[in-house]
Amino acid sequence: MYDSLPFLKKILALPGLSGYESPVRQVIADEWGPFVDELQTSRLGNLYGIRRGTASEPRPRILLAAHMDAIGLMVTQVQNGFIRFTRIGGVDPRILPGQKVIVHGRRDLPGVIGQPSPRLLPEFIGKKTVPMEYLLIDVGLSTEETRALVRTGDPISFAQPPIELTDNTLAGHTLDNRASVAALSVCLHELSTIRHTWDVWAVATVQEEETLAGAITSPYDVRPDIAVAIDVTFAKGPGGGGYKTVPFGKGITLGWGPNTHPAIFEVFKKVAEHLDIPFQTEVSPAQSGTDAMDLQVSGAGLPSLYISIPIRYMHTPVELVSMKDIQRAGHLLAQTVASLEADFVQQIRWED
Amino acid sequence: MKELIQQLVETTGPSGYESKVRDLVIENISRYTKDVKVDALGNVIAHMGNKKPGGLSIMLSAHMDEIGVIVTHVDDNGFLRFTTIGGVRAVNCIGGRVQFLNGLHGVIFVEKLENANQVPTFDQLYIDCGFSTRKECPLQVGDLAIFERPFIDMGKRIVSKALDDRIGVAIQIDVMRQLKQTPHDVFFVFSTQEEVGTRGATTSAYGINPDLGISIDVTVTGDTPKSARMSVSLGKGPAIKVRDSGMLADPRLVQHFIQIAESKKIPYQLEVLEGGTTDARAIQTSRAGVPSGSISIPCRYVHSPSEMVDMDDVENAVRLILSFLSDPINL
Amino acid sequence: MTSEQTKPLSRHFIDLVEKLSNASGVSGAEGEVRIVVKEYLDSLKIPYRVDALGNVLVEHSCGKPNAFRLMLAAHMDEVGLMIVEEEEGGLYHFEIVGGIDLRVLPGKTVLVGKQRIPAIIGAKPIHLTEPDERKSPITLENLRIDLGPGGAGKVKPGERAVFSTEFHDNGFSFTGKALDDRLGVAILLTLLENPPENIDLLAAFTTQEEIGLRGARTAAYAFNPDAAIAVDATPANDLPVWNDDENIGYNTRMGFGPALYVADGYTLSDPRLVRLVQDCAQKSSIPYQIRQPGGGGTDAGSIHKQREGIPSMSISVPIRFAHTPCSVAWHSDIAGMVDLLQSVLHTINNDILALPR
Repeated sequence: MYDSLPFLKKILALPGLSGYESPVRQVIADEWGPFVDELQTSRLGNLYGIRRGTASEPRPRILLAAHMDAIGLMVTQVQNGFIRFTRIGGVDPRILPGQKVIVHGRRDLPGVIGQPSPRLLPEFIGKKTVPMEYLLIDVGLSTEETRALVRTGDPISFAQPPIELTDNTLAGHTLDNRASVAALSVCLHELSTIRHTWDVWAVATVQEEETLAGAITSPYDVRPDIAVAIDVTFAKGPGGGGYKTVPFGKGITLGWGPNTHPAIFEVFKKVAEHLDIPFQTEVSPAQSGTDAMDLQVSGAGLPSLYISIPIRYMHTPVELVSMKDIQRAGHLLAQTVASLEADFVQQIRWED
Repeated sequence: MKELIQQLVETTGPSGYESKVRDLVIENISRYTKDVKVDALGNVIAHMGNKKPGGLSIMLSAHMDEIGVIVTHVDDNGFLRFTTIGGVRAVNCIGGRVQFLNGLHGVIFVEKLENANQVPTFDQLYIDCGFSTRKECPLQVGDLAIFERPFIDMGKRIVSKALDDRIGVAIQIDVMRQLKQTPHDVFFVFSTQEEVGTRGATTSAYGINPDLGISIDVTVTGDTPKSARMSVSLGKGPAIKVRDSGMLADPRLVQHFIQIAESKKIPYQLEVLEGGTTDARAIQTSRAGVPSGSISIPCRYVHSPSEMVDMDDVENAVRLILSFLSDPINL
Repeated sequence: MTSEQTKPLSRHFIDLVEKLSNASGVSGAEGEVRIVVKEYLDSLKIPYRVDALGNVLVEHSCGKPNAFRLMLAAHMDEVGLMIVEEEEGGLYHFEIVGGIDLRVLPGKTVLVGKQRIPAIIGAKPIHLTEPDERKSPITLENLRIDLGPGGAGKVKPGERAVFSTEFHDNGFSFTGKALDDRLGVAILLTLLENPPENIDLLAAFTTQEEIGLRGARTAAYAFNPDAAIAVDATPANDLPVWNDDENIGYNTRMGFGPALYVADGYTLSDPRLVRLVQDCAQKSSIPYQIRQPGGGGTDAGSIHKQREGIPSMSISVPIRFAHTPCSVAWHSDIAGMVDLLQSVLHTINNDILALPR
């Protein structure tokens, strides 16, 4: 069986902030290469891994999208040898003080985020959270050297290396959404060992955390008949409860709501039940906040679905995932794709 | 160039009603190219150049529209209530003057506030056009107006309403004037409805389907007393955008512009803008995606009737864009 | 303000609105409304297709070459509720879909799921509340849908609920839920009974309008029309102001006729279309009003940005108490809307595209 752990650990250690995905894209391409018939890169940097099916031309296509970009920070100003910064994607300023980062300047510079002492801050902050604009990064170099190596607009990544915890779980930054990229690897590997009639376009999309640009544009390259987004969702845990969370390590979720086409939901559900893959329904009253939201309304519209891998502590540098769920997601994707008849799209009906 | 800028800023063109600016633009560019069309949303699309091997199809976009106000109610006593078109701020309105599309003038003032220092809401503002009854007032719900303020030439710096983004329009026209040869298909788009959500650029980018997209627009500065923190200053060169709140510029394009600026000794700044975006956002996500970036003109007091830019920045932006278009581009 | 010329609404039309208003169709789950629409089209022998988002699309060609292609859109979906979590004893935690003011929820009855199971949204007895507590709305976190003690397991998270208001007609006005935009749906179906002879009429019965104008987006992309009009309903906030000041924020007014949009939060109407519709109204002596410019949006907001741009505008029926359990619409405004659109369909042609915008 294919073990995605080494690959996942490798991509978690790589930068690849929204808009700056090339370092991670190359490594994903290397991993997918043996499992696919063709690799392509789009103008915005989406990576397409294409497996051809066995049906006769024109073959139906399924698009499987997982975003590969990471949240992080960006230099706004270099001031007296210190770096001021803003965020790329959703970053809670409360996790920042004391965090180790890498500033991608003229060369990669390890640094640490410092919280100035109260006397150096405006009075209104007092004992409250220090807003991002008052935090500084120190790269431990002289003022001149820092000024020469760092400029406005340089991206900054979190430097926390991934760590394995008990019970086959992994912690690290950017499991959102590289856990799903690993699930796509599992899926492509499995598809390379079985027969499938449909063409499969696995897509590692760009810029999800900022503008969703990768998902918005990918259907124009792929021209799929069905689109599925793979993302992470909230696992129950400290600070996370209620209906928006699911038990940790107990299976993946199938999305349900306006971004879901009921017929696509049904086919994934049936395969999951048949194969005893544990899953739960994740309900979204309006938008799912995943790539599916844009995939669904591209062009004349696509039947779409989103499936998710539960993680704890989302958007912190210590996100936590169960490797079992990554395996389950990949397995379900592969087996569902393999179960699709060549004329599945023609059979779709709205069960009003 | 200043003459052209003055003509442009003194022309009326709130979002959705850009026709006068459109006429002026077409009048000015028709001597540089015959290939000009107007699309369904009113964008002017002017084509120059012929793609040579290795050349690209490039879309440049500067928006013709400006912010303004629109009448929501004419009251019993002939006063007009209004709402905004684009990002108008109430603090910039009181005591201001507006001109309606039919030529009528009006002044904006405010109801008595409970606290004289509070910032009013738009519900508390009204326009007085000098009428005493609803019957007398020829204006109706749905009529638009723009802010009125004369153009000032301070020498190196100029001040006016609507420099956002008529300065970009002027730069594009000047680039067209000076563009002698290019290995690319260049589409100069003078776009509509940017201030209400980059709508004109959305549809023109779809129609052109370019390989690269560049917007030419203004950006705010951090060089005024106790301004927001921002690394861009007036007069230190055009800003190459790295990101704004709606777009991450393509890093390859950013690098390419930096290289041009450094090799041609054109001063430049790098821009990270935390509020606002430009037409490039719409171009980037068009169809299968278009690598996009922006050249920004540093501008103080954006979206007030007294916007200020530095002519050195304007001229350097023209040089930067001309160099960009004149040579092959390999990202 | 009612026009003398407008024909009274037919029994046939009123029955259609009743059926549509009573059907459940929360955004993303428009099935019951889609059934009514499809049955009506079937009865008229009009072909249609249903796309990936559930839009019902009708393409009526007049058969003439290079005919003007006009799209009309009315949305099938309504604001409503979604069950998100089951608790014990037939109680369910829910979320709002679309824009509903929390303050209209307590003490209402709803219908849950495809089986239309009756349920209630209760409120704490006044006896057990503190005076200060009553000044704040009950939060969503503290509201539940109650199916009764036997309701455990009867519905699943992800099922939708709608207000259970029954449609009523008193000969002058309609009251009912979801008049936004079932009135538009009924009007479009009516127009399809006598389609125009000189233009292609592209009718879209759209989904997911209330959560981001999403169905209209793919419908417009598919149709690629020359121009589009969204046919919708919009609030008439024409109630008196508390201190008897002049009401300057009414949005629209009942009885003033169909409301034409110049600008809303998502669209600046194409001025050529606005002028044409105004001319049609004046020519046919149909009273109309300009909706106060401001926020809000209709399907036109996504339609006009598709492909290379589609000249668009919106026309709405004024209704009171939109997005609540019970809204009100006047016959006269609806009849004016039908007449105005008929006039537009018979007037508009390719000439409009040649005019300067």
